[in-house]
Amino acid sequence: MTLNTFRNLVLAALFLSFSFIGFAKDSGEEGEKFDPKEMILHHVKDAYGMHIATLNEGKENELHITIPLPVIVYTDKGLTVFSSSAFHHDYHGHEIVERNGQKFVNVHEKVYVLDEGVSEVSYDEEGHPTNAHRPTLDLSITRNVFMMWVSIAVLLLIFLSAARRYKKADNYVPSGIAGFVEPLVVFVRDEIAKPMIGEHKYKRYMPYLLTIFFFIWINNIFGLIPVLNGANVSGNIAFTFTLAAITFIITTFSGNKHYWQHIFWMPGVPVPMKIFLMPIEIIGMFVKPISLMIRLFANITAGHVIILALMSLIFVFKTVAMAPVSVIFSLFITVIEIVVTAIQAYIFTILSALYFGMATEEAHH
Amino acid sequence: MDLITPEFGLVFWTLITFLVLLYILRRFAWKPILGAVSAREEGIKDALASAEKARQEMENLQADNERILQEARAEREAMLKDAREIREQTIAKAEAEAQEKASKIIEKAQAAIESEKKAAMAELKSHVAGLSIDIAEKVVQGELSNKDKQLKLVEDMLGETTLN
Repeated sequence: MTLNTFRNLVLAALFLSFSFIGFAKDSGEEGEKFDPKEMILHHVKDAYGMHIATLNEGKENELHITIPLPVIVYTDKGLTVFSSSAFHHDYHGHEIVERNGQKFVNVHEKVYVLDEGVSEVSYDEEGHPTNAHRPTLDLSITRNVFMMWVSIAVLLLIFLSAARRYKKADNYVPSGIAGFVEPLVVFVRDEIAKPMIGEHKYKRYMPYLLTIFFFIWINNIFGLIPVLNGANVSGNIAFTFTLAAITFIITTFSGNKHYWQHIFWMPGVPVPMKIFLMPIEIIGMFVKPISLMIRLFANITAGHVIILALMSLIFVFKTVAMAPVSVIFSLFITVIEIVVTAIQAYIFTILSALYFGMATEEAHH
Repeated sequence: MDLITPEFGLVFWTLITFLVLLYILRRFAWKPILGAVSAREEGIKDALASAEKARQEMENLQADNERILQEARAEREAMLKDAREIREQTIAKAEAEAQEKASKIIEKAQAAIESEKKAAMAELKSHVAGLSIDIAEKVVQGELSNKDKQLKLVEDMLGETTLN
């Protein structure tokens, strides 16, 4: 078992490395100077299509294996939907897609609408388009959204079949996948919810805590799987922002008298101190979810950036001799990242639980 | 910069996805799983409690048994003691009665002997009286015939007969 897991890890790391090498060559062989920063940012950020591999690169019969995803944009001319394959893997604004009487271009995986009468994008010094604008709403099913849906499909498969196991089994004995899931669920209950929120109130928050724990964890793991690793869902600030915002909303709405009193009029300290503490506590209210958002985003993104940077070394030094070093180091980081997937999910969940616990704590003076 | 700017589209889809996931898992996964886990824990707790109770009862039962045994032993002891006492009493009583009866019989016998003796004495007295009269008669008769002879007779007679 352990040996198998280890072997899989090694294979995964190797595989991961190759997928990056493939990508890096992409920009390397076009005659431009290899820019690790651009490559890394491209991998870490969102994209309109789910690119899996490129075959026969630079040759006549170059083949991109991509899952095309729908681009959904809302502009002043209404809703426009088209497939991301219309861009033909271009993200430098060369390929102009005409739909609904508008011209769309993909500039660094952001859809821009060309201004009236313009047939080519021009850029300012910082590389922002000057004669095109962002659509009012961009609700495209990007690769992050796609992977998120894949991840919830997996989550539902795991947990619904586990729940079905209990229904079938007599006297609630866990069997099969339920035996795998139950320790994790009990861990969230006994190590996160109960100590942080308290024996009496933890039950209300259990569904949320369990859901964020597994949702974050599985997306962290999916971010590490080669081929799928293009999608860095939990390392995207929009994702962590949303989850942190939900935690903030739940905390705020479950705050009791004691909680608000501690924020606005700290009991047990002199009046000048109360006035001094009030703004700090109000800022703290917002800093807590913001720290959740940044922590998860930064940890997961940093992991991806390190692995990609190690791989880029090969192309920066332009020698195969660098490959073993890069592979060994990225293997090392990948193994650490596997631990980080669980740790970050745990930290996000336990801090959310802690905030709920603070919001519902009863006065005990 | 746009690395750290949340994209509205992804926020929107994340929110919807998460809420749907939360709803489905809450309804169809967490509820049955947590329910089953806590039901089982309750079951285990109950089982342990009832085992403890059974053990307690067992102990109580044993204590009861011990107590009953003790009581039975004490009762037997008491019964044996009673029986011994009764036996002793009976024997003592019987002895006393026998003693009494015996002494009564002896008394009676003594009384009878006394009365017999008295009667015998009376008879003897009357006999002696009769004899004395006879002797006196014969003496008188003998004296009347011969003075010496009479005397000799009286002396003989007196020598022969001893009064007791």
